[in-house]
Amino acid sequence: MLGHRLSEWCGHGPILEEDIALANIALDLIGQATLFLKLAGETEGKGRSEDALAYFRDAIDYRNVELVEMPNGDYAYTMVRQFLFDVFSYHMLEQLQKSTNPALAGIAAKGFKEVRYHVRHSSEWVVRMGDGTEESHTRAQKALDDLWRLTAEMFQADDIDREMAAEGIGPDIAAIEPKWRAVVDDVMKRATLTIPNDPPAMTGGRKGRHTEYLGHMLSEMQIVARSYPGAEW
Amino acid sequence: MAATRESILGILSDVKDPELPMIDVVELGIVRDVSFDDGHLTIDITPTYSGCPAMQVIEQEIVATLASHGFADARVRMVYSPAWTTDWMSEAGREKLRAHGIAPPHLVEHSGGGIAELVSLRRAKPTTECPFCGSSNTTEKSEFGSTACKSIHFCNSCHQPFDHFKSF
Repeated sequence: MLGHRLSEWCGHGPILEEDIALANIALDLIGQATLFLKLAGETEGKGRSEDALAYFRDAIDYRNVELVEMPNGDYAYTMVRQFLFDVFSYHMLEQLQKSTNPALAGIAAKGFKEVRYHVRHSSEWVVRMGDGTEESHTRAQKALDDLWRLTAEMFQADDIDREMAAEGIGPDIAAIEPKWRAVVDDVMKRATLTIPNDPPAMTGGRKGRHTEYLGHMLSEMQIVARSYPGAEW
Repeated sequence: MAATRESILGILSDVKDPELPMIDVVELGIVRDVSFDDGHLTIDITPTYSGCPAMQVIEQEIVATLASHGFADARVRMVYSPAWTTDWMSEAGREKLRAHGIAPPHLVEHSGGGIAELVSLRRAKPTTECPFCGSSNTTEKSEFGSTACKSIHFCNSCHQPFDHFKSF
């Protein structure tokens, strides 16, 4: 989802280097998603490919957190959203490398190396914008204020998460939060940004209850595959 | 069948990276194993980056190249672990990159710096030598370049922009 969101910047980046950087990061994320969905399809055993899972599921069957489906906004909003997710992804993949499922561990090991670059990129932009001009600081703070309430969903373990953690297949995602928070606190301090004191938002993304933004996004992402099902080139 | 691991690797050196056609898949270090099971040839390859669009082309090229050498039923198996590292790139491959204006990767550092090292704008970066004039006086412009595996640099001595194959 976030890979698709970032791809919307392609051709619209504020400078050429950033346009290229976001396209690269989008490619990594879509690549990781492809590998995870392929494995999910194989594990399910009903013959669904990664493309079938990406292009022929409706919003209600998507399990992503709401944070990653939020529209891009301005560059500060995109970078703060990216940073909040990247730090989660970094710690999640770090743990997932130890999965008892060798296929999952292999995908995680590859993704983990990629996400190191992503964290560097987004954290450095958060610091530059937060500790930059009055305008960039105001925008970065607004982005953090808007997005903060959506971050808690990343760490809310459900029954499946707990079962996976108990079997050593998936990480204990609730235990990732303090590690995530330590990095976020450090970067926000350097960025002179203030973490809001708001309680978590009511979210349902991981249960298939999404914001209105996901449907619009899927309509664009899925239209070619659905207009020409089975097309190959 | 007289085919050996070495002769198969020799054939695979005809398969080039479509995005870096000066270097072949063996030099790139993505060919992880060559095996014969009941006379069936299997090539294990590992992707460079999760989303690298060249992998599919490389897979097809390997099958086609082996077929043209009489291995009609060769198959390619994608393995993900251990994850590919640029440390597996051969010395010859590195020199070819340099000769084509791409600074080769450094050895991957296992600094153990963890997250603290990831979030500092002032973190020390290894010096990347200009592939054109050899100067060490270069500046990294962006960690993301024209392909997933490259970053963008500028040489302050000969004023030439250049790509660097990222250490990964």
